[in-house]
Amino acid sequence: MSEQRLLLGNEAIGYGILVGGCTTITSYPGTPASEILASVATLKRKQNLDIHVEWSINEKVAFETALANSYAGRRSAVAMKQVGLNVAMDPLMSAAYTGVKGGMVVVVADDPGPHSSQTEQDTRFFAQAAKVPVFDPVSPRDCFSLIQKALDVSEAFEIPVIFRPTTRVSHARQDVWVPEEICVEQKPASFEKEPTRWAATPKFRFLLHRALNEKLEKIAEKEELQPELLDPNQNEEGKVCILGSGVVLTYAWEILNELELLPEVPIYRTLMPYPLKRSFLDSLLQKYERILVLEETYPVIEYQLRNLDRVFGRLSGNVPYEGELLPETVEDIIRNFLQLPSRERVQADEAPPRRPTLCPGCPHRASFYALRKVFKKGIYPGDIGCYTLGLNLNAVDTVLCMGAAISQAAGFYHAFKGNITKEKPDIVATIGDSTFFHSGIPALINAVAEDARFVLLVLDNSTTAMTGNQPTPETGKRASGELSGKKISILKLVEACGVEFVREADPYDVKDFIEILKEAKSFVQEPGGGIAVIIAKHPCLMDKEYQSQFKRLKVRITDRCKSCHYCIDNFECPALVDVPGEDRVTIDYSTCSGCGVCVSVCPRKAIVIDG
Amino acid sequence: MSNSTTFQQIVLGGVGGQGVLFITKILAQVAIEMGESVLVSETHGMAQRGGIVVSHLKIGGFMSPLIRPGTADILLAFHPESVLNHRHFLKEDGKIVANSPDSGPLSINATKLAIEMGAPIAANLILLGFALSKNLLFCEAASIEKYLSREGMKNVDVNIKALRLGISKGEV
Repeated sequence: MSEQRLLLGNEAIGYGILVGGCTTITSYPGTPASEILASVATLKRKQNLDIHVEWSINEKVAFETALANSYAGRRSAVAMKQVGLNVAMDPLMSAAYTGVKGGMVVVVADDPGPHSSQTEQDTRFFAQAAKVPVFDPVSPRDCFSLIQKALDVSEAFEIPVIFRPTTRVSHARQDVWVPEEICVEQKPASFEKEPTRWAATPKFRFLLHRALNEKLEKIAEKEELQPELLDPNQNEEGKVCILGSGVVLTYAWEILNELELLPEVPIYRTLMPYPLKRSFLDSLLQKYERILVLEETYPVIEYQLRNLDRVFGRLSGNVPYEGELLPETVEDIIRNFLQLPSRERVQADEAPPRRPTLCPGCPHRASFYALRKVFKKGIYPGDIGCYTLGLNLNAVDTVLCMGAAISQAAGFYHAFKGNITKEKPDIVATIGDSTFFHSGIPALINAVAEDARFVLLVLDNSTTAMTGNQPTPETGKRASGELSGKKISILKLVEACGVEFVREADPYDVKDFIEILKEAKSFVQEPGGGIAVIIAKHPCLMDKEYQSQFKRLKVRITDRCKSCHYCIDNFECPALVDVPGEDRVTIDYSTCSGCGVCVSVCPRKAIVIDG
Repeated sequence: MSNSTTFQQIVLGGVGGQGVLFITKILAQVAIEMGESVLVSETHGMAQRGGIVVSHLKIGGFMSPLIRPGTADILLAFHPESVLNHRHFLKEDGKIVANSPDSGPLSINATKLAIEMGAPIAANLILLGFALSKNLLFCEAASIEKYLSREGMKNVDVNIKALRLGISKGEV
């Protein structure tokens, strides 16, 4: 029995993964990919499925864990955001050579824009670099069926396959028909030893590379993977056509529909933008006078065309090289391609900017406030997570990639340690708990071994907050909510890395926290000192379990307030607002969390707790 | 494919924490139950932390999840700033239903009303009720009420109360 459900693209991928028979599904959370494993974990719990689902410590570990299940002949899936693939690139490159037994799909969600990422990188390009096929879905419905096809291809050709949705597909919702009850076909695990493949030495790697190239050629030829008309009601007549992949083609369809030009401009949709069959591309070039290539974000299909003379795209300067291709951009491109007058459009108004900010009551805000109190000048390497928003409190100077706060703190120390003429800056790095587990640990060991000196705040809110509160190894909780009983202590890990100054403290106790930061500062400067780590421990207020125990305080501003705005400028809580005409700062009770931290912030003691 | 009268493109704009996604999902679900095809685009991630949140809801024979500027039928503005932020999405005769400090034919102070009824979080449903009373949306108030009261829904009493308050304010 199937049912019609309103599903996110990512949820449709989750369904497709399970209906496609995957028995191990792993992921590290990251926007726009986080809901993929979350939906699998929910289905596992609700339907009591006998499968292994895990939030892994990072994408490399997630990839390798899933890959072994495929080595054992069972189907597997691993999901991540595009920059996560940078972390998992090492196993991917090698797994392309070894191949798989059970089908394996690597779901990598791209983020043109970017909306919530540090790059706009195109995973289809990475697929080409690794020499694995890549599929590009256009909608949630398409996600559900196409990922099953991807798994079949992977198993038939014994090759890992990439499935690449973009933000607009992952975070679109659509009515999708899915089975009410999922039955995951279970194959018993069996591992056939084959050292020339699974443990191939360089000599055999050459042979595996040759075999990989042969697989790719066969996959490109496969009939059911050939590009097709996006709309089966279209015909192939006409002098011009559109060729592309992904959600941009649906924008093109709506624009052509509105212009009543669907019969004249066929849209060819490549299910699999790489590898493409040469003869198909050549036949398009023969059949049409001009071709418009629409794809995000790099010219992957375009580069595969042999003759670019009559091709309208990025390489001809007609499609922007950076940024998301929004429907209005696509309309301009299509009108230009079809030599139609451009459309008059109302421009967006200049609205007051509204920057993202840490939530009211966020424990990170208290940590950053204390940090800036103690370290008035310095260099503040930051990291990836909610706490990147420490930017607003001038407590984050660099944001590079996961885990870099620690290695960069060490790098800054080594850069400045020889400075004689100029004062050496304090270096204070911040990293979240999940990011510390993800890739902070090797950086910390390295920094200790190289005798770097800096203060590190591990902002430990016991969750992966930015991406929707996924559990961390510290919580002893697993993806489907079950308790593993295995809790990994950050304190013990830091000690084991060789750090001699480690303290755990609650940043809500602002005064005590400041004292500990001062101690850390002097430890770093002592001749026999070293790296000082403070674990700032307080749960995230978005965590549902914590919400039920959280004691909300009633905070009030008294007439001692002289509207000096010290709290607004230095604490930046969205619930503290300057209302024009009021002689004191106002608390916005619709957003105030009642954490009471601002009481310790006001220099005039004008903020008080009632009752 | 639906004909043009059942095509409706709605932009829902607000800021993080206002429950814009919740209203989007209610409308989308009700549309599906009416037998229509639905496409929605949502804001996730960093923007949700107090930033601008916008959803696009397309009901009928569409293929893409995004609304092009100049083509939306309705803008539901949950925050006064949302009008400025998103009004360029509207077609020429498109309508704005707004949560605004000043009430008017198509605007209501939903924030104030929600605080008065002791549920600041329910301003979103007051605005939805108000929009429904103006007969601008593809569905009727009764379908929304039915959806809100079904099994498994939380805060049924408050939600229905807020919705009805919005409706009654619109009918005056």
